[in-house]
Amino acid sequence: MKPRDLHTALYPLIGVGAILFAWHVYVTAFGISRIVLPGPLDILHASIANWSILLRETWPTFLESLLGFALAVVIGIPVAVAVANSRILNLTLYPILIATQSVPKVAVAPIILVWFGLGLQSKLVIAFLVAFFPIVVDTAAGMRATPSGLLELARSLRASRAQVFFKVQFPAALPFVFAGAKVAVTLAVIGAVIGEFVGSLNGLGNLLLTANSQLDSPLAWAALIWLSALGIVLFAAVVVAERLVMPWAERGGH
Amino acid sequence: MHQSFARANADRLVAIDTISFDLAKGQLVALLGPSGCGKTTFLKIVAGLIAATSGTVQINGRDVTEPHPDFGVVFQQANLMPWRTVIDNVLFPMEILRRRNAAAVERATALLGSVGLSGFERAYPGELSGGMQQRVALCRALIHEPKLLLMDEPFGALDELTRMEMQDLLLDIRGKTGATVMFVTHSISEAVYISDAVVVFSKRPAVIADFIQVELPYPRSAEVRYSSDFTALEHRAGRALGVTR
Repeated sequence: MKPRDLHTALYPLIGVGAILFAWHVYVTAFGISRIVLPGPLDILHASIANWSILLRETWPTFLESLLGFALAVVIGIPVAVAVANSRILNLTLYPILIATQSVPKVAVAPIILVWFGLGLQSKLVIAFLVAFFPIVVDTAAGMRATPSGLLELARSLRASRAQVFFKVQFPAALPFVFAGAKVAVTLAVIGAVIGEFVGSLNGLGNLLLTANSQLDSPLAWAALIWLSALGIVLFAAVVVAERLVMPWAERGGH
Repeated sequence: MHQSFARANADRLVAIDTISFDLAKGQLVALLGPSGCGKTTFLKIVAGLIAATSGTVQINGRDVTEPHPDFGVVFQQANLMPWRTVIDNVLFPMEILRRRNAAAVERATALLGSVGLSGFERAYPGELSGGMQQRVALCRALIHEPKLLLMDEPFGALDELTRMEMQDLLLDIRGKTGATVMFVTHSISEAVYISDAVVVFSKRPAVIADFIQVELPYPRSAEVRYSSDFTALEHRAGRALGVTR
């Protein structure tokens, strides 16, 4: 490990450690009730004691987020391409996109539940709805930000529209696509949890609600931390995918 | 080739007034002029990237109305694709023309070797210096064996030493390929050093201020820059530009 790598690993750990320590000292020194605010050790204990439940409940939330995100990518990118390349589609679709985005997803969730039931589908749809927008907006921005010099080069060779798209526009937009995907994947987890809060039979959000209603705060906090961990893992997966798809960005590229 | 009355009327601003000159096959002509005088616009009209307001560009007796695969263009910026390796950047025109094959790859490798970039085939542009990137761009412009090479201030962004290296490289490559070259620059010494003829553009709206035949011997080397003939040509170009008396 190079000293720089060590630093990048060390400083965040020190930061987190300091917060946990302060938290622990506060809770023990002032005798804060476990129901109001469990200490870090209580949460750790609840995490270990309930690990099989937590793991079981992570799976549906993971699936809901991942599939919702995947659907947002599969539908969002073509929509962005269409919007960016056609003035008519842009004029037709963009106001609708913005209008749907400004509808609070929490408010729509109950309706979606009526349509899709208490199972996986309803959460998937909500996760999709929140993840869709950043992917469309960022991809469309990327499609429009193709360096004009590259377009001119393609034109000087009389490249076809398809060639321009596949060989110039789309690869040039990839950094934007991934920027959108990183935002979208964390939002997808939030979307899944919103869905679980409104109505579900399983998942970490459901576990959190149940634990809370039983005043089992350590377990509720444990569920919360597992949720964050799930978000971080999904985010990291997108970062890894980005490095695999765009190796040049790692090697001093733009 | 004959070019006359190219007139670009962007924002109702006459960029280029009557410009007319002939360029013989295998000649390297430098278009010299102050910044913003319309020489880039002129080159883009020749390349078929912009339509002239009036007038025509003829190559081998045919009007240029759109870009042609017989042209190779080198821009002010290297314009490389950061996601493609050096050799894939060079091969880009062959892909567009659907002529990427083993022979093309071999030619790309040879071209990169001739500009001193052997061993960098698999590198990404982001790993190269500005001068190296511009050399890759030059190889890319040459890969499909264009008959006319159009260069728009290609060395303008480079430092003085790299720039002089690139000028020698261009002369070398042009000697090997026999391509006709139209080279836009705002450097008097660059224009005189590399060319057979210098077309001096006036300030906007551009007209031809002078047409200077450069009859310096080939191969040219750094010593030429200090000869009295070279200085005399520089003076003449400077006078045409209005910067020397």
